[in-house]
Amino acid sequence: MAASTNGTEYKIIGTRPIRHDGVDKVTGRAKYGADYTFPGMLFGKVLRSPHAHALIKSINTEKARALPGVKAIVTSADLPKLADKMEAAGEQAINLNHLSMNILARGKVLYDGHAVAAVAATSGHIADEALRLIEVEYEVLPPVMLVDDAMKPGAPILLDSLRNKEDGPDQQTNVAAHMQFKRGDVNEGFKQADYIIEREFKTAMVHQGYIEPHNAVGIYNADGHATIYCSTQGTFVVRSLTAAVLGISEGKIKVVPAEIGGGFGGKTTVYLEPLSVLLSKLTGSPVKLTMTRAEVLRATGPTSGSTIRCKMGATKDGMLVAGQCWLAYEAGAFPGSPVGAGAMTILSPYNIPNILVDAYDVVVNRPKTAAYRAPGASNAAMASETVVDELAEKCGLDPIEFRLKNASHDGTPQTVGPPFKKIGMIETLEAIKNSEHYKSKLTGPNRGRGVASGFWFNVGLQSSATINVHTDGTVSVVIGSVDIGGTRAAQAMIAAEVLGVDINDVRPVVADTDSIGHTDVTGGSRTCFATGWAVYEAAQDIVRQLKERAAKLWEKKPEEVVFANGMLSPASGNGVKPMSLKELAPRLARTGGPIVGRATINARGVGPAFATTLVDLEVDPDTGKVQILRVTVAQDVGKAIHPAYVEGQMQGGTAQGIGWALNEEYFYDDKGILRNTGLLDYRMPTCLDLPAMETIMVEVPTPGHPLGVRGVGEVPIVPPPAAVANAIYRATGVRMLELPMSPPRLLKAMLKKRAASDSQAAAAD
Amino acid sequence: MVHKVIVETTINGDPVELLCEPRQSLLEVLRDELDLTGSKEGCLTGDCGACTVIVDGRAVCSCLMLGAEAAGKHITTVEGLANGATLHVLQQKFLEHASLQCGICTPGFLMSAKALLDHNPNPTEGEIRYALAGNLCRCTGYDKIVKAVVDAARHGVGASQHGKVPTESTAEVTRDILEREKR
Ligand code: FES
Ligand code: FES
Repeated sequence: MAASTNGTEYKIIGTRPIRHDGVDKVTGRAKYGADYTFPGMLFGKVLRSPHAHALIKSINTEKARALPGVKAIVTSADLPKLADKMEAAGEQAINLNHLSMNILARGKVLYDGHAVAAVAATSGHIADEALRLIEVEYEVLPPVMLVDDAMKPGAPILLDSLRNKEDGPDQQTNVAAHMQFKRGDVNEGFKQADYIIEREFKTAMVHQGYIEPHNAVGIYNADGHATIYCSTQGTFVVRSLTAAVLGISEGKIKVVPAEIGGGFGGKTTVYLEPLSVLLSKLTGSPVKLTMTRAEVLRATGPTSGSTIRCKMGATKDGMLVAGQCWLAYEAGAFPGSPVGAGAMTILSPYNIPNILVDAYDVVVNRPKTAAYRAPGASNAAMASETVVDELAEKCGLDPIEFRLKNASHDGTPQTVGPPFKKIGMIETLEAIKNSEHYKSKLTGPNRGRGVASGFWFNVGLQSSATINVHTDGTVSVVIGSVDIGGTRAAQAMIAAEVLGVDINDVRPVVADTDSIGHTDVTGGSRTCFATGWAVYEAAQDIVRQLKERAAKLWEKKPEEVVFANGMLSPASGNGVKPMSLKELAPRLARTGGPIVGRATINARGVGPAFATTLVDLEVDPDTGKVQILRVTVAQDVGKAIHPAYVEGQMQGGTAQGIGWALNEEYFYDDKGILRNTGLLDYRMPTCLDLPAMETIMVEVPTPGHPLGVRGVGEVPIVPPPAAVANAIYRATGVRMLELPMSPPRLLKAMLKKRAASDSQAAAAD
Repeated sequence: MVHKVIVETTINGDPVELLCEPRQSLLEVLRDELDLTGSKEGCLTGDCGACTVIVDGRAVCSCLMLGAEAAGKHITTVEGLANGATLHVLQQKFLEHASLQCGICTPGFLMSAKALLDHNPNPTEGEIRYALAGNLCRCTGYDKIVKAVVDAARHGVGASQHGKVPTESTAEVTRDILEREKR
């Protein structure tokens, strides 16, 4: 029996059953998008721009069309031109015109890898040959790769029609938006400060790095209906965006969720899906497209590189009094970076009376960014958590003590919106402070320990769930949330808990868009929170119906039947033997027919998440290479439904954060061409780079949620870059202000510091 | 038109005769010609390990080998790992330890781990991490994967031989290995 912090005793929630889709996934039987084939299927490939910024003068497909085996070729001329209209897509809204222009460039290519044309042929190799035969005439334009350059007057302009409010309707610009957030008076605040630290940070563009490349199989039928099989985080987003891009009605498209090989936010939009349907329509055959790794890196949404200035002030006794931040994020080729989220998270872990935050969304000649796990927050926390670390040192306080003094808690105002309700920032700090890791001594040369905290909002949004009771007493739980990390098991556990049935008597099913009500993306840390809530309510719907059936059998009123510990019994005992769902199930036909429970939800009252990460590391003084020695992450998880998969989220997010901190970066040359398009050079952590990862789950239940669930997926990626930077400082005395802190960068910083102290020593002699 | 070649090989214990183009990789042949889609494609450049199969006892990236090169070889894919309806101890331990999140890397990890345990039934944690360093997982941070392999060695594959898996701290082990590499 698992005890809960909200006092409820659970039988199944909090245990670690084997996931229902597990056997399929360890035997190779599970079907991911690329594993689907259909009779007569064609293979599609995409021609991509070799330039970062260029006008398309002409496209000649004649030779390619003449190649035997080539069945169709499409360019943007085959797509309807769309208005600048925003469409909801998971956590973010998408401009449909820009989306269409990203799927196939119209008149202009805006980044290295921008799609220009797509081919369908009888084999992938023939499609590849056809791409080489397509002649595109470009007029190359100067690219602009960095936010600082793109914001300068006279910078090359990416989008002719882009305007912002401040510069007015006559001014072409690369700045898509400026947002400002304010509380109190920062100038007054800084006057009260005894110590002020101000730093400028640069962080590199990084990719989600899911191991499975994007894929889609489109099948267009002569009756105007289309089916798409693909690996996506949100089948309903794929449906609505594909319908919009192709100009067909949503109801004519069915999206079937394949298993998905990682997403982290990167699979919440469409790239290949509309092309697969369009090519299928032109050829009359199913068409499969899959990306290569180079295509994934060059042309799918990474997350923004950024320039961030962060200034914070504290009194001698360690109270934060003012914070002022300036953030500019690379949106990629089209507007829509997560800079707003960066701005709203950057100061959130702390209760600071006076704040002023400015945020700029800037287009540059890089791929359009997509969501990546707590989008925008890791960059921001790198800046603020480094400055906080410096202030703690100035005040002569332990970094955890300093954070505890200033930590946000219930009632602290948020950057935007109402004050925080029940949150666990303090609890995560206490958990780290009391951990064996923190109490242990770190000894040895070139070693350091660093800590950092992070915040993420989480989201609620819409979910649907259906539960069917079968005659043998098993139930199937039908949901629309694709399973990227064990959520089938969690949903089944919630149903089993409410219904009092064995976890193995529950079959979780992820359904296609025709077979379940609207369900938003698996993202925003919302699946257990919102879909879990819908499953909980659908199970309550079953309970209500079970009571009616039992009442019928016992000739009582439904309200005279109670359901407790999985057993139905009359409220006033009259010698009737209590009955379980399993016992009642075979008798449904005779008591009124099948039972189906259902619920839909637009989940409100989402509980925000906090995490604190502690890192020990060693720096090689000769090469600048960092070896992570030990990591512990403490996170407020609300209520862990399946603790093993919650730990998994914490560990996985931490690993990505460490990769972001130390190695990962998009490396463009001076022509704006991406030079590291493979996983050897886009260097993600391997298991030799990482130690065992210790996790501490802190459970502060989210008020209002029937099980206290809090989203857990995103926040663990927020603290690691700053925690690593702070540890590097303790190991070397060098404050790193740039990500990644790769060996050459760190070595350079260390040599600079050594040279400075040598010259100081020389001057003293 | 490229002419196909006939390849005679052994896959998961069964003799197989197949037709493939000389330019097709073993991964492509397994997936597209033989419908063995358990081996996954993550990069096609030998960097991710999702396509790992065992060829004559060695873990190999099937994306780096041509299908034609399979002639006369014994190949084991993830589809051949279980014994009928009984899971291999590695598969069982991966499930028990929640070692997969999205699961796309899992077939590759299972095959690399099997190749390791076949040669070294009692590896240290460091040896496990070294043997699995060619496989990328973006979801798990590797912790639960390494624990599953340690457990499989201790209770399954290696148990019959002797004793338990020595557990040093990973950092120490990593350093040892790196030092050894340098020398
Ligand atoms: S697909 Fe073979 S190593 Fe990545
Ligand atoms: S479980 Fe997703 S890549 Fe390993």
